[in-house]
Amino acid sequence: MTEPALSFVGVWTALIALGVFLYVLLDGFDLGVGMLHGFAHDAADREVIMNSIAPIWDGNETWLVFCGVALLAAFPLAFAIIIPAVYFPILVMLIALVFRGVAFEFRFADRLRRAFWDRAFQVGSFVAVFAQGVVLGAFIQGFRVEGRVFSGTSVDFLTPFAILTGLALLFGYGLLGAGWLIIKTEGALQDWARRQGRICLIGVVIGIAVVSLWTPLMEQRIAERWFSLPQILFLWPVPIATLAGVVWEWRALSGTVDAAPFIAAILLFLLAYLGVAISLWPMIVPYHFTLWQAASPPSTQAFLLVGALFLIPVILMYSGWSYWVFRGKASRDIGYH
Amino acid sequence: MTLDPLLLSRIQFAWVIGWHILLPAFTVGAASYIALLEGLHLATARPVYLRVSNFWIRIFAVAFGMGVVTGIVMPFQFGTNWSGLSDTAGNIIGPSLAYEGLTAFFLEAAFLGVLLFGRTLVPPWAHFIAAAMVALGALFSSFWILAANSWMQTPVGYTIVNGRFYPMDWLQIIFSPSFPYRFAHTVVAFYVTTGFVVLGVGAYTIRRGLFPDEGRVMMTTALSLLIVLVPLQMFIGDQHGLNTRRYQPAKLAGIEALWNTGSELPLTLFALPDQSGERNNYAIEVPHLGSLILTHSLDGTVRGLKEFPADQRPPVAIIFFTFRIMVGLAILMLIQVVVGWWLRLRGGLFDRGWYLRACQLAIPIGFLAVLAGWTTTEVGRQPWTVYGLLRTAKSVTPSLTGHDVLLSLLCYAIAYLFVYPTGVIFVLGLVRKGPGETAPAPVEAGRPQMPVRRLPSPPQSEEVR
Repeated sequence: MTEPALSFVGVWTALIALGVFLYVLLDGFDLGVGMLHGFAHDAADREVIMNSIAPIWDGNETWLVFCGVALLAAFPLAFAIIIPAVYFPILVMLIALVFRGVAFEFRFADRLRRAFWDRAFQVGSFVAVFAQGVVLGAFIQGFRVEGRVFSGTSVDFLTPFAILTGLALLFGYGLLGAGWLIIKTEGALQDWARRQGRICLIGVVIGIAVVSLWTPLMEQRIAERWFSLPQILFLWPVPIATLAGVVWEWRALSGTVDAAPFIAAILLFLLAYLGVAISLWPMIVPYHFTLWQAASPPSTQAFLLVGALFLIPVILMYSGWSYWVFRGKASRDIGYH
Repeated sequence: MTLDPLLLSRIQFAWVIGWHILLPAFTVGAASYIALLEGLHLATARPVYLRVSNFWIRIFAVAFGMGVVTGIVMPFQFGTNWSGLSDTAGNIIGPSLAYEGLTAFFLEAAFLGVLLFGRTLVPPWAHFIAAAMVALGALFSSFWILAANSWMQTPVGYTIVNGRFYPMDWLQIIFSPSFPYRFAHTVVAFYVTTGFVVLGVGAYTIRRGLFPDEGRVMMTTALSLLIVLVPLQMFIGDQHGLNTRRYQPAKLAGIEALWNTGSELPLTLFALPDQSGERNNYAIEVPHLGSLILTHSLDGTVRGLKEFPADQRPPVAIIFFTFRIMVGLAILMLIQVVVGWWLRLRGGLFDRGWYLRACQLAIPIGFLAVLAGWTTTEVGRQPWTVYGLLRTAKSVTPSLTGHDVLLSLLCYAIAYLFVYPTGVIFVLGLVRKGPGETAPAPVEAGRPQMPVRRLPSPPQSEEVR
């Protein structure tokens, strides 16, 4: 098709990029909290931990569905290649999220078996996060494509690199979760969350370092993107800022400002996200189709944009309001039932 | 035996959509029923409406949460197993699916919280408006999903470039020829489903003798709605049939197991259709009735399956029977409702143990009819996903092997067989507890909660059983 006069590819790239980042950030911290809560010392602590995410965790999953359907509508070719390529990680993630959602509801309804549902919630969180990390790894390493279809097998995703990103994301979401708990708790429980945060940060640093070295070695184009002139002149602040972010996070985890570890974790995620985006830009199906090649026609993108530009701000405002109302420390008895 | 990824993918989609559709089948109707009760309470100020409304809000919340959780699975199916369809038709069905998601979240974000937890925090009229908006939002969700489905059944407003669909006219695409009928038929089906659930739960409540007033309100409101809705649904179904005859003649011929084109056709009440032999065995037929029903004239002509190449015919036996199951259930519903009204007008509706028991037995009848009807329309459009244009075989993800899909199907099977019984047990607990208390919903699944929850809650007897 000829280049259309009016293109919405930029807007939809921004909207989906925002959706993915919001999802990673928001469901990231509550998945992280879900993983960490199983390691808490006693039932009372677990109660506080669960209450800290009770009012908001499920709304966070909104963004996962948004990303899925928006990708289908705005970049159908990408949807049709990427999702089959990660058939099993998506399957595992969906089933883990179903169990996690059900376990969360029933832990409050079914007090007799609360320990069982808590365990299910923790396991569901772990499995869902690992699966998402594997999806990320598979995405970065690229897919086998012939014509317009994924031509590999359903186990192509299973590489050491994807397992590494799966593990790295466990620590990443754990760090976000710990940051959230530091904001929402106090006293001994908060000290515990800070310790968990430090453990997770070590994992995150190793993860970022290995991924940063591995990807340019794995993919020539990524190496050229980062290390050739003149790009290197513009891109060197990204790794430097990441290093600074790690130092800030380490100090914040022992500091006195409760919100600092969470904010530093967001910064680290933002930088890692930026790093991936720089490596892959402008590919949406690495290394076969660009955003423009995979886009649906302008009339499709415009048709959905009309509604999205009205509905998304409302959803964002409401979410923001929810967080505002539930600000402050969580306790055992306030919050959820 | 080789495992066919296409067949297994179809079974998997049927499995996840079949379980999922049960939840909107109830929640779409329940949302409207709750809005009605809230309206009645506003108009009459009778507290019994409030108690009944709160009771159904509690059950609605659980069903809605499960609907959201199982709904997250659905859009990803289009990617994992039906990437051919996504690539070929994503330009057209993508926005409808996205609007469905956005509408649902918008509704939850804005109004669901008020409905679930705002009883004591907003004035009664605001609570009524929240209920009405939730009902409206549920209808909008159905609107978008059925718009996408209807376009695939009766595609219009598109052009094909390089083997892919491009939109030409969005109004035509959204309001495709089968859409008005499918939308009306589905929504009324959902309302009827909820009606029979309310009727049966009302009967159970009366039989237990604990909350007779509430039980009576449930039964009378349900019967009043059903006496209109069930005949209306039969009328809409008939109209939908005429529409199918026009736009999907092979589907209609399959439903009727009609092999030869003809006029003055009989209605086949029962038969064992033989797809490869192109004939029916053991047929029981009523003369002329077929033409009368299908064309509204005694000598109307209907095209038979032999007019279509064998590889463009739907699996006849399946839809022949699912359609008859649906119609049979509809007739049972009509009898149930008419008998109910007869007893009501004579007096003594609430004293007939046999009728109350029959109502209880009929609780799942709407769900069964929805599944039978949905199977009829979805199997009936085979072998196409986009009718006459894109084959199901071309829609499936090409990279999948039979073992891949068998494994995923097993996972979904185990997950749903665990989740649904658990949910049912939980809802039964709520039903057993009865409509006595006016406390807000003790549990809600799925979505953002109202911030107002943090505020002091009214005294509530939240017993732990």
